[in-house]
Amino acid sequence: MKHTISIMVENRFGALSRISGLFSARGYNIENLSVAPTSDPTVSRMTVVTEGDDRVIEQIVKQLNKQIDVIKVWNLTEHEAISREMVLVRVSTSDRSQDEIIRASQVFGAKVVDVSSNSLALEMMGDEQEVENFLNLLKPFGIKELVRSGAVAMLKEGR
Amino acid sequence: MDKFGAEILVEALVEEGVDTMFGYPGGVLLHIFDVLFDSPINFILTRHEQGAAHAADGYARATGKVGVCMATSGPGATNLTTGIANASMDSVPIVAITGQVNTQLIGGDAFQEADAVGITRSITKYNYLIKDTRDIHRIIKEAFYIARTGRPGPVLVDVPKDVSINRASYEKIDKVTLRSYNPTMKGNPKQIRRAAEAIAKAKRPVIYGGGGIIISDAAKEVRDLAEKQKIPVTLTLMGLGGFPGTHPYFMGMLGMHGTWSANRAIRDCDVLIAVGARFDDRVTGKLDEFAPHAQIIHIDIDPSSIAKNVPAHLPIVGDVKTVLHQLLHELAEMPAPEHAARDKWLAEISLWEEEHPLHYRKSKKIIKPQFVIEKIWELTKGDAIITTEVGQNQMWTAQFYKFDHPRTLITSGGLGTMGYGFPAAIGAKLGKPDKLVIDIAGDGSIQMNIQELATVAQYKIPVKIAILNNQFLGMVRQWQELFYNKRYSHTCISCQPNFKKLAEAYGVKGYTVEDPEDVEPVLKDALFNDDPCLIDFKVDREENVLPIIPPGKAVWDTILAPPPPRRKKPESKGGPQ
Repeated sequence: MKHTISIMVENRFGALSRISGLFSARGYNIENLSVAPTSDPTVSRMTVVTEGDDRVIEQIVKQLNKQIDVIKVWNLTEHEAISREMVLVRVSTSDRSQDEIIRASQVFGAKVVDVSSNSLALEMMGDEQEVENFLNLLKPFGIKELVRSGAVAMLKEGR
Repeated sequence: MDKFGAEILVEALVEEGVDTMFGYPGGVLLHIFDVLFDSPINFILTRHEQGAAHAADGYARATGKVGVCMATSGPGATNLTTGIANASMDSVPIVAITGQVNTQLIGGDAFQEADAVGITRSITKYNYLIKDTRDIHRIIKEAFYIARTGRPGPVLVDVPKDVSINRASYEKIDKVTLRSYNPTMKGNPKQIRRAAEAIAKAKRPVIYGGGGIIISDAAKEVRDLAEKQKIPVTLTLMGLGGFPGTHPYFMGMLGMHGTWSANRAIRDCDVLIAVGARFDDRVTGKLDEFAPHAQIIHIDIDPSSIAKNVPAHLPIVGDVKTVLHQLLHELAEMPAPEHAARDKWLAEISLWEEEHPLHYRKSKKIIKPQFVIEKIWELTKGDAIITTEVGQNQMWTAQFYKFDHPRTLITSGGLGTMGYGFPAAIGAKLGKPDKLVIDIAGDGSIQMNIQELATVAQYKIPVKIAILNNQFLGMVRQWQELFYNKRYSHTCISCQPNFKKLAEAYGVKGYTVEDPEDVEPVLKDALFNDDPCLIDFKVDREENVLPIIPPGKAVWDTILAPPPPRRKKPESKGGPQ
């Protein structure tokens, strides 16, 4: 099963490679990863989407906690969380399909970010499933290029 | 007042209590070595950087203090890596200092440049590249703090040449605080209570202790727990000495080369108290047959060691000594254990012990390796520090030398590094100069760091080497015999130096022993004086380490030593003679 793990880590030289190195050295899989500093510039927030059974995920969380640079770890999949990915996608267009693509994209709140005579570039943001649905919709038109970000995620706050 | 980076570094080391360090100089370290030249630190020049890392490790294991080694950039750093990985696997606190090329040259493939921090990332607890002379003092302090606290481990500090030459002021630093690093020391009281209840109710409990007992200095607490609760004890290789080897409750080592009684007891126990051990594959064998009926209490300071291989019913994260104190306190308030059940359990274990004791066929014609170890144990009265190499020599030592005290067995458990024992013995002897230190070696392993004979000769370090020479890479040969139809592929090393003469060439006294009758007199002559020496025991070439549980198998698949000859002749007629 897929798990989204959020890591608060010292924003220090080598911290990212230490964590990605941990995954590869222990044979854990990284589906996607994103990292950037937080409002506190000495702290970075890392979001890792990984896959494994309960024992593997438990080990991943423990091994992350063991890292000297890691301040806190959350397995967001165990909680209610907000997760977003972003995708940039270039689709082939013809005179007939261009309008159709733009209309369909609006359903997903996608934005046109580049237009050429035979293609459209779209920007879209959503959770993993929404991004997936969006791409499925575009597939028949012909996807020429696709760039997807790793997930960024945070816990929902209790009411 | 401003000081050179090199001065700050050495001053910071002295401030951390470093009195001895091991290493090898090089271009980028020249400034640091210039300062070391008149520092109070006793610097030991090994003949290979790997020797320095292992010596620092041996020093740390013998004393409980942080061991320090130093090597230059590039090949110096890469030569340290085996020693660092070794310390990492066995949770040994060492600080490894490497020189690095000038900061402006880093990344440019400069002469003797290697990415020491990158290379050692997965084999250190933490590592640093110092980029500013002003950070040296703080980083050294943090490095020592990280190395010795929590689950200890190696920390590498990479020091570029210009950082050691530039100047900065030496500021006082009172305390290290790392917001992201706070090892848990005390066990959760609710878990402790549950564990105490489980122990009190147990009918067939077993203590399975590991290196954590030694590291946290908890031998007394383990003994209290065993004696007050009448619980038999088995130890891992790393745990030996954590409970007296001569104690009636001691069942011997468990696992692949463990005793029949210890492995049988694990199989049948109803409560398994794992103390500072990590359910390594050499201990568990087939995972689902390891303590299948037991409720497992697992005490360890490293949460990632708990439930990694075997699920624990009662995990307790904390320092072993602290947790055992809490547990003993809790147990003291509970009714005493059911003595009848415990006595029955102990009697059952004695029976298994009698059924298949540790033993070997004695011989008057040829030296049995186990016999040499027994003699060393007898003559030293179990009061020496024994280091080992890796392989048969190591397993026989674990089986036949009875370790009564913590920090008396120094051996490469996790990484299994051949060539470890001799340099580790050098470190141990310098850390504990009053103790007799003996490296029990194989003829294969000793050749992996034999150059350190020059080190013991130069500094007159009275380390004793006993080679169990079977002219084979014995453990691999044994597996080839048992599992590969005796096809001895590249394990015969009968082409070897005359070890006695080799030692003498280095200026170290050497002996060769071929007759079992000479074993004791030579040991008596060699061990009890203040000179280093090497003894080459020509032993039975194809002796095996038994018992052995084949890898991935369970206790029922144990290959046992042939039964000892019966004392009395059986009265029944027939049967094998």
